[in-house]
Amino acid sequence: MSLDRRDFLKLGAAGFVVATFPNIAFASSELIKKKGQRVVIVGGGFGGATAAKYIRMWGGKNIEVVLVERNAMFISCPMSNTVLGGSRTIEDLTRNYDTLKKKYGVKLVQGEVTGIDPQKQTVMLANGHLSYDRLIVAPGVDFMFDKIEGLSAEVAGESIPHAWKAGAQTVLLRKQLEAMPDGGVFAISIPKAPYRCPPGPYERACQVAFYLKHNKPKSKVLILDANPDIVSKKGLFTAAWKDLYPGMVEYRPDAAVSKVDVAGKIAKTEFEDIKTDVLNIIPPMKAGAVADMAGVLGADNRWCAVDFLSYESKVQKNIHVIGDSIAAALPKSGHMATAHAKVCAAAVIELLNGRQPDANPSIANTCYSMASNNEAMHVAHVYRYNTEKQEMIAADGGGVSASRSEIEGTLANFWLKNILSDVLL
Amino acid sequence: MKKIRLQTFAISCAIGCSLYSAITHASVDAHSRNLAASCAGCHGTDGRSVEGTPVLAGMDKKLFVAQMKDFKSGARVGTVMHHHAKGYSDEEFEKMAEFFAAQKR
Repeated sequence: MSLDRRDFLKLGAAGFVVATFPNIAFASSELIKKKGQRVVIVGGGFGGATAAKYIRMWGGKNIEVVLVERNAMFISCPMSNTVLGGSRTIEDLTRNYDTLKKKYGVKLVQGEVTGIDPQKQTVMLANGHLSYDRLIVAPGVDFMFDKIEGLSAEVAGESIPHAWKAGAQTVLLRKQLEAMPDGGVFAISIPKAPYRCPPGPYERACQVAFYLKHNKPKSKVLILDANPDIVSKKGLFTAAWKDLYPGMVEYRPDAAVSKVDVAGKIAKTEFEDIKTDVLNIIPPMKAGAVADMAGVLGADNRWCAVDFLSYESKVQKNIHVIGDSIAAALPKSGHMATAHAKVCAAAVIELLNGRQPDANPSIANTCYSMASNNEAMHVAHVYRYNTEKQEMIAADGGGVSASRSEIEGTLANFWLKNILSDVLL
Repeated sequence: MKKIRLQTFAISCAIGCSLYSAITHASVDAHSRNLAASCAGCHGTDGRSVEGTPVLAGMDKKLFVAQMKDFKSGARVGTVMHHHAKGYSDEEFEKMAEFFAAQKR
């Protein structure tokens, strides 16, 4: 197929054409001239940013790392529920990528990926393309709005926020709580597992209850859970609701919201219509759209199967997937994403040098939930590679706090500072 | 003149530092380094904690191993560490200890 420049511009005007016929994009230019071996990472969250830093830190000067991220700033999703409770602002959780650039020499491209060609090993953006030797896809999650009638990305951005990616919607939800009358109903809808951050919705119920208890004590927090039971830290959360917010938090299992009345803020389940004042629907999730572009989605058309020695996709060679997008019996957390990233970084370096990845990787997860402004509880596990099953299996000895405590509240703050530094500094 | 000398010093220091980090990483095998990387989420990159949690970088090897064994056995009661320590073998404690002992504080 040959195209002159005019034809290309015409085609380029319709962005989808570029994605459908990726070789057309070769009329575009290489965004950064490729000299040696290059790893392109798409997505600068906990996973992608960690992979970028660690490849540069461990891989020496010969491996170029280009990190593509659509947002100018990094906002931590972990601990962002405390913005709703009021003990943090979104600014407290916002960081830049300067150190990755200056100290580690990561090349940052701010932009939206429009297509990926696994055969030609190229990532397309609106203004050009990037060739790679290895690609790491770390797009986090996208939301399946179509699973809930009446909901859409626009509705989420304007009136019924999910606030499940920290940022504008977190701030919107906080403002809605501030505007809610005393005696009002806040409802949170939780999708069926797996979803990002298993304990997160229950922590959010605590944080909203903390705010309401001190500002609007006649109000109610209603948890509509599509799951048959509390997914994570059950005993700890039920104790926190009972002890700290008596009479305020109501939990309903098997209560999947299938429809919303946007104007009336009414959540509809199979059994009832629930009128709310502030409605927080967390839709079902799947791997971020970039995973689909890379052709690495599994048969479920939702998550990506990987080799846990390298996080290389099981369906596309030279493309690795890390973070929330992978299919695994692992919690989808920021901490887990950094752990995948380090195993992946080490493996990519070995593979680019013609060697085999570490055959016995282990990873760990520590996840704190804030029950109030100062008390927290954790869940922690080590996961080890099982050669026979070719899966990551939880090692003996993991578990949750005996009870919530102020000491753990302090440790949670230390965790945040250290992990943000491990990812970005 | 003084300015130039300072710049030269800064450059050689920068080269020295990056060489140092390459050497310390290379001196311990990659598997030990990878094992120890799991600790960084709470204890900072290469064990250089930025706040609150113990700094593991430069820690005496025997002290590291003894503490991990105590967390594992329950002799020492921690808030979180027992959940991690029980997931590793004593040999792996030795490998992590070797990595951290080789890191500059």
